[in-house]
Amino acid sequence: MRFTLYAALAALTLSPLPALAQNAKPTDPQIAHIAYTAGQLDIEAAKQALKKSKNKEVRAFADDMVKDHSAVNKQALALVKKLKVTPQDNPTSQALTKQAAAKRAELAKLSGAAFDKAYVDNEVAYHKTVNGALETQLIPSASNAELKSLLQTGLKIFQGHEQHAEHVDAALK
Amino acid sequence: MQPGRLVFIAALFGGIVCVVPARAETIKVEIKNLVFMPAEVTAKVGDTIVWDNQDVFAHTATATDKSFEVILPPKKSGSLTVKKAGTFDYFCKFHPNMKAKLAVAP
Repeated sequence: MRFTLYAALAALTLSPLPALAQNAKPTDPQIAHIAYTAGQLDIEAAKQALKKSKNKEVRAFADDMVKDHSAVNKQALALVKKLKVTPQDNPTSQALTKQAAAKRAELAKLSGAAFDKAYVDNEVAYHKTVNGALETQLIPSASNAELKSLLQTGLKIFQGHEQHAEHVDAALK
Repeated sequence: MQPGRLVFIAALFGGIVCVVPARAETIKVEIKNLVFMPAEVTAKVGDTIVWDNQDVFAHTATATDKSFEVILPPKKSGSLTVKKAGTFDYFCKFHPNMKAKLAVAP
């Protein structure tokens, strides 16, 4: 069990975002869709944590994830509307969604301290993956300056979350 | 009492009254796109630091040594009157990659 979990985490952390690596660089409508999806998935993960966890630190972290990602996505929606861009679904968004659903199902079976640890570990890994994708693929590929700038703010926010998750993780040990 | 002396005394009191409030300053730190600006400020004991959060995200100004924590809701400001001299590193509890420094002279 433990081995499977670590192997899965390692795979998630080390692999680049699925389907982007082989393909040509993503278009702005695809980038907008990926960034928005990544935020929504983290909100769903946080909502699961708020339902299941009783740990004060974990709940405060989850609450912050809901607030921050909602705020970023609100800005993203306002921007795509202004730019008249329709976010376009793509294999990367689909793979992220599928991975997140599998993770939620896995976490649903856990409770108490085991849930808290697994949720926070996954938050560290998930933010690392998304930050890696933002830095190496999404930001360099974005052609619209305003989209690029929003992604850069998003990267700073997500890097903050990664460190915050690491702090919570250290406190759980 | 000579009128001249009265003016002198009034000036003296006036001077004192003016000098005292002028000594406690308000120092403003702006937060924009997850950056404390300026990243380093110097103050004196009794001064007030005002953090103006222009982001749509909640932030905090939390001392590394836990001696203070100011909660900064989105688009709101928060303040702290400094009571202790020293150099304080602080960060945002929600985004620990946001770091800054406050130097307080006695």
